[in-house]
Amino acid sequence: MRSEGQIHYPFPITHYREAAMKWETVIGLEVHAQLSTRSKMFSGAATAFGAPPNTQACEVDIALPGVLPVANREAVAKAVRFGLAVGGKINRRSIFARKNYFYPDLPKGYQISQYEMPIVQGGAIGIFVDGREKIIRLTRAHLEEDAGKSLHEGFHDFTGIDLNRAGTPLLEIVSEPEMSGAQEAVAYARALHALVRWIEICDGNMQEGSFRCDANVSVRPAGSDKLGTRCEIKNLNSFRFLERAIEFEARRQIGILEDGGVIEQETRLYDAARDETRSMRTKEDAHDYRYFPDPDLLPLEVSESWIGEIRSNLPELPQARQRRYQDEYGLSGYDAGLLTQSRELSEFYEALVRRLAGFYKLGASWVLNEFMASLNRAGLEIHQAPVSSERLAGLLKLIADNTISGRAAKEVFDAMWNEGMDADSIVEYRGLKQISDSGELERICEEVIAANARQAEDYRSGKEKAFNSLVGQVMKATRGKANPQQVNEILKRKLSG
Amino acid sequence: MDNATISSLSAELAARKLSSVELTGHFLSRIKALNAKYNCFVTLDEERSLAQARAADARRSAGSGQPLTGIPIAQKDIFCAAGWRTTCGSRMLSNFVSPYDAHVVAQLDAAGAVNLGKTNMDEFAMGSSSETSYYGPVRNPWDVHTVPGGSSGGSAAAVAARLAPGATGTDTGGSIRQPAAMTGICGLKPTYGVVSRYGMIAFASSLDQAGPMARTAEDLALLMTTMAGYDARDSTSLERERENYARELGKPLAGLRIGLPKEFIAEGASADVVKAVEAAVAELGRLGCTTVEVSLPNMRLAVPVYYVLAPAEASSNLARYDGARYGYRAPEYADLADMYKKTRSQGFGAEVKRRILIGTYVLSHGYYDAYYIQAQRVRRLIARDFAEVFERCDVIMGPTSPTTAFRIGEKMGDPVQMYLNDIYTTPANLAGLPGLSIPCGFDAKGLPVGLQIIGNYFAEARMLNVAHQYQRATDWHTRTPPGVE
Amino acid sequence: MALSLDDVRRIAHLARIGIDEAEAQAALAQLNDVFGLIAEMQAVDTGGVEPMSHALDVVQRLREDAVTETDQHALFQSIAPHVENGLYLVPKVIE
Repeated sequence: MRSEGQIHYPFPITHYREAAMKWETVIGLEVHAQLSTRSKMFSGAATAFGAPPNTQACEVDIALPGVLPVANREAVAKAVRFGLAVGGKINRRSIFARKNYFYPDLPKGYQISQYEMPIVQGGAIGIFVDGREKIIRLTRAHLEEDAGKSLHEGFHDFTGIDLNRAGTPLLEIVSEPEMSGAQEAVAYARALHALVRWIEICDGNMQEGSFRCDANVSVRPAGSDKLGTRCEIKNLNSFRFLERAIEFEARRQIGILEDGGVIEQETRLYDAARDETRSMRTKEDAHDYRYFPDPDLLPLEVSESWIGEIRSNLPELPQARQRRYQDEYGLSGYDAGLLTQSRELSEFYEALVRRLAGFYKLGASWVLNEFMASLNRAGLEIHQAPVSSERLAGLLKLIADNTISGRAAKEVFDAMWNEGMDADSIVEYRGLKQISDSGELERICEEVIAANARQAEDYRSGKEKAFNSLVGQVMKATRGKANPQQVNEILKRKLSG
Repeated sequence: MDNATISSLSAELAARKLSSVELTGHFLSRIKALNAKYNCFVTLDEERSLAQARAADARRSAGSGQPLTGIPIAQKDIFCAAGWRTTCGSRMLSNFVSPYDAHVVAQLDAAGAVNLGKTNMDEFAMGSSSETSYYGPVRNPWDVHTVPGGSSGGSAAAVAARLAPGATGTDTGGSIRQPAAMTGICGLKPTYGVVSRYGMIAFASSLDQAGPMARTAEDLALLMTTMAGYDARDSTSLERERENYARELGKPLAGLRIGLPKEFIAEGASADVVKAVEAAVAELGRLGCTTVEVSLPNMRLAVPVYYVLAPAEASSNLARYDGARYGYRAPEYADLADMYKKTRSQGFGAEVKRRILIGTYVLSHGYYDAYYIQAQRVRRLIARDFAEVFERCDVIMGPTSPTTAFRIGEKMGDPVQMYLNDIYTTPANLAGLPGLSIPCGFDAKGLPVGLQIIGNYFAEARMLNVAHQYQRATDWHTRTPPGVE
Repeated sequence: MALSLDDVRRIAHLARIGIDEAEAQAALAQLNDVFGLIAEMQAVDTGGVEPMSHALDVVQRLREDAVTETDQHALFQSIAPHVENGLYLVPKVIE
């Protein structure tokens, strides 16, 4: 993999930067999300990942003569769930169509998909770029079946076909071409990725291909409202590849246009090893998919009552939750946005503040700072974190009731993370409890005033700075365990007396 | 034994006067003696058939027999049957041994029927003469120089030649009714969705429907009662109560209104055919039926519509035959594209390729609306014509086929002439209605004529009742082809 | 409207049916005959008529999400033209 500094530019970079100002990149994404069902879209074969080749390809999946498809109710329910989550229109009646083409991983010679009448139309997703929110509208989302896998390595002159994946339900989510630049495209893809996991319709595992992106990229003169000729880039199985591929492709297209050339509409493949896109050498007009309604499948009807049932089972959605964090918890839009970027993180925060019965800002701050930083440092997922929401709540309670200082709290957190103990035990054995016995503090304050008579005099004569020095002395004498507020209060009382 | 009906054989089996092993053995030896003459069967498996017969006898002995237990039935080679080579009349599937059973096969098996063998047919059911089979043409027992009709010609000829007491067939544009008419037997195409299509090799999914073929309406009812029924594996299978299709057989016909579409006679039926059909209607009049002239104004469009829709669906349904997972693969090829093209070019016969090309064209970019969508709209007009007609009558009657059996080779060079042969049968498929053909006489050459009865949706039992009452009053269905005792 | 020889070659390619020049010529004549027959249907005024995809006006039945199939790949692959290590083999696919 090339590092950032070694990007292969198709033409000189200075030239590109000037040119880039004159052009605007427009991106639309087509995302294929595998729906997390037990069985396939049109057969009763299992969908589990990683089974030995063709052991999960039943007679329907391998397209034996005479077999017929029967659609999976749960896949339909998950598509509806998505449609409701993005505020799209659920078509009460949608149609499965056949997309006809020959390819060895497509056993029937056609893919069952939805064409003229998809199950979901419209809807939108909000993304955050540079602290600003932007709404990306969706064109549609439709149900279809996945193809099998072609294995090109390992056989001299042959390709091996594994049909285990053939027939796995997919939701193809198509956005409007409304993203300008790779950054927005990635933000959209991440938001969508978080949403499908949030509503539990897709496991989002990009390594296993559960969430795959194709990008339609075009460029146009800045300020123009007419779309340029687009190229579709396939095989983008990580956010990083998505970003790199779009950046490369935009540069390539700008280069061609700057040189007076014309963009040819085509399908391109992103080659991660070379960090470039290249033509798949298939002319768009050579494809003629001959879509027509699948005669084996009657119109798909989704009743009002079924939609209602699915709606009532939807979890609180990220945007609603973000608003609630702002309105009810008083969090900033930024923090609320970060906390609702993934269901797991948000659920962690929810569990935490439930235990704290309040202290929303304190909780948010700790989750977004110490907790996330430690997680990232360790390269762990939330469910793998050594500090549970219960233990973190235990720590924050000690901060909230002034048992320990903020500084000590950080030490306790690190100890919790590394040693796997609860906050109370750590505070106990490390002796980090703040001295809140006022009798003892009164005594220490008196001793400090007595031992630092000059500073005490300076303060009395109006030198505020001298006060801080006295506080420092008290803290030093208590080895940081005194409650600073309490110290302030006692010192002021004694010095004015 | 040869001329006995399924219902009489069933009675003998039940009375233990006859064993299934004897019965099956008898038909197997007739097939071995006569198949060379008619070319009805493409695959036999004596061992399997006799094993089923022995199991059926054991079941009868145990007292758990059903009407079809021990009855040998010929299976059209379009139905997948586990362990049986299932070719669909094509070189493409010449080596395909099915790993699974079609629903129809499983239903008959569960009832204890014996699979007597797989019958010849037009390749992938595309044809009206059973001449497009890779395994050679089927010959009509009434005159071996003529065709038996198609595509279920092997099943029809087998029943006509007394090589089987009953058979299964499929009907996409007339493939049960037209060969039944041309071989002097009975055939029923049920309402679309009544018999499961699972395991029945698809030709045109929105039109295909399986049904029984036998010598009497009573036998059709027996077979139909077992073949029909809801199947969860076919999305288009209708969830309905199981029916006993024999329940109305004894009902008198008084008051039955027969609709006679004027277009059925106007559109080129031969004089002999018209005469026989008119005589049959007159006979039904004597049984108490009344007639009313009706009109199906869009009927003449059925063949053009059918030859857009059926090839379109077929072009897609037959895309799975690519040489990758089963079936024929060309012996030599340069690369993947070449493998596809050579496999499909060599594996499919001329008629199948022609229809794939037609279907590909009508679905292709720029032609879809003008051909495919337009055909679907006209399809609705045809279905509406029927709905209006059934306001005024209970059943529609007319010829099944415009002519009696034609000579082998006569129409093979002229697809349009061949296609026009389907003029009376395709309308019921387009509308999804049940259609029945029963023998009603002979032409001057001694070839059988079929009377077609079309009923409203789910009117099969009523239609079988009409046919049964007619057969009680006439004896056309008992006539045997020359040389067949 | 008549088909051209190019149309025949194009659809034969789409359908992956190998066709030589003589076959294309023969197919062209026969297809044009068939489309002559079909033309009658094209002349009908169908304004306002909904296309009819299915014989019956019913909606799709759905199945519950349950695994009902077992591994039968050994049986299925016993009739395959070319398999190795459980995979169906085809000539190398070049992307």
